Amino acid sequence: MKFGVVVFPGSNCDHDAYHVISKHVGQPVDFIWHRDIDLSTYDAVIIPGGFSYGDYLRAGALARFSPVMNSIKEFAAKGNLVLGICNGFQILCEAGLLPGALIRNRDLHFICDYVNVRVENTDTPFTQELKTGSVLRMPIAHAEGNYVCDDATFEDLVRHQQIVFRYSDRSGNVTDAANPNGARDNIAGICNRGRNVLGLMPHPERACEDLLGSSDGREVFRSLAGALAAAA
Amino acid sequence: MKAKVYVTLKPSVLDPQGKAIKHSVELLGFHGVNDIRQGKYFEISLDSSVSETNAREEATRLAHDVLSNPIIEDFRVEIEK
Repeated sequence: MKFGVVVFPGSNCDHDAYHVISKHVGQPVDFIWHRDIDLSTYDAVIIPGGFSYGDYLRAGALARFSPVMNSIKEFAAKGNLVLGICNGFQILCEAGLLPGALIRNRDLHFICDYVNVRVENTDTPFTQELKTGSVLRMPIAHAEGNYVCDDATFEDLVRHQQIVFRYSDRSGNVTDAANPNGARDNIAGICNRGRNVLGLMPHPERACEDLLGSSDGREVFRSLAGALAAAA
Repeated sequence: MKAKVYVTLKPSVLDPQGKAIKHSVELLGFHGVNDIRQGKYFEISLDSSVSETNAREEATRLAHDVLSNPIIEDFRVEIEK
């Protein structure tokens, strides 16, 4: 089971993701430079957080033209697993691998804080070992995390159960007060219809050690590794 | 020849930056400002050999594929000789 962590100019959570895969998942992992195009040896690819291309034009807008992105589209089309975290989520939306877009936070601030997210759907490789309704505490660090989509897209997301994480309070109540950035329907993470591509704004890879404030993020990687092991 | 591209958020998308600017404008004492929406402006210099029709087509494609995100933004292209 081999993981790849994509590195764009400006990625800054690549080492965190690498650390979690090698230390907590205990599997081989490579960095994939954004100009590399061969993904044939990987079982799952992580697009990490950061500020690819300095967030110029729009967050994730320029990263989608990197050579590796065509390979990731083909990789995902074959049903392989792709996890986009924070800037990775923004890139997946810009690239059209996930519907909708992420715009400036409602209050304009860059928010660096812990949030609670409720697991809405466990029918994905990334959440299959979690319980629906359980609450994960994970950090966010973004200025453009306000998820938007039109009504037709939203109805589609609901109909196909693609909303995977929603911002909630500690007890799992999805309220406006628990919504840090104004995201539509408190959406913190969604998957594609094939359920093999997931994007989320919170950082599970920064929440894998109690020393850092939370180890809830491990559940996501445990699910991911479990799904890959079951498919092998 | 120059192509000018204006990218603006769709009317249905909230613009918190525009709202903050409007607030400041009101604090400065400007009255009668109903709304401010912030957008982006691009100037693209094109080779003089490109025809006006081609310039418009190319600039439109560029605006659609790169400069704007059609999910949240609209754009307008002007060609200046």
